[in-house]
Amino acid sequence: MLEGAGKPVQIAIRRLGRTANVRLAGEFDLKAAPQVREQLDGLIDSGSQRIVIDLRQVRFLDSSGLGVLLGRYRRISERGGSIYLLTAAEGSVRTVLEMSGVRQVMPLLASESEVPRA
Amino acid sequence: MTQYFELACPNRPENVGLCRVAVATFAANLGFTLPEIEEIKVAVSEAVSNVVVHAYPGTEGLIALRCEESEGGIVISVRDDGIGIEDVALARQASYSTDPERMGLGFVFMESFSDEFTVESQPGKGTRIEMRKRREAPAEGA
Repeated sequence: MLEGAGKPVQIAIRRLGRTANVRLAGEFDLKAAPQVREQLDGLIDSGSQRIVIDLRQVRFLDSSGLGVLLGRYRRISERGGSIYLLTAAEGSVRTVLEMSGVRQVMPLLASESEVPRA
Repeated sequence: MTQYFELACPNRPENVGLCRVAVATFAANLGFTLPEIEEIKVAVSEAVSNVVVHAYPGTEGLIALRCEESEGGIVISVRDDGIGIEDVALARQASYSTDPERMGLGFVFMESFSDEFTVESQPGKGTRIEMRKRREAPAEGA
């Protein structure tokens, strides 16, 4: 429960053409929000049309993190792009995502193989 | 004496995690299950994040956290001495937010992950949120 508490969120980005794969690890809360927002905005501004965000290593998510995801969805959808979220099938991150209703606009997928081909 | 702890810290983003982990540790010692603790962490994170984001515009102020054992559960209060909330009923509505980057789900999560939830606020005097959560009854024969 306390493992890694307070550690900064870790972000790994891999770009393939106009698709970006973003892997997040750690706690995605108010403290982490600006860093993640900046990275995702950078991808959108530089032309990424599909962003796959892997949340499977995120141990904690609250409405601050959700706000970043939804805000980036709004930005990329204005440019005709899309965001896909990879999440574990259960756990508090999944619960928070389900409760927020974000799956109505961003698909919640179990693995990369479920991401629709470009 | 009832088991309790109090924590006071400035309303900085890094203290959201501090408060969350402190309450989670306290709840674990009271015998809450891991899923219950995960819910408590989200509720505390929302309450403390609200203080950081909204209570003291343009300045720093106090986050006062108190956790207390209650019969069969826990009582968590988060207090600030900030600007307060003009219309608590409006603020508690889903999707209400004064910040476009936030989803207005903070109160929704606090309410959903608590068994009892109250907000007391006075403009100019601050806000106090209290959340009560009961432990899941142990399975028979456990």
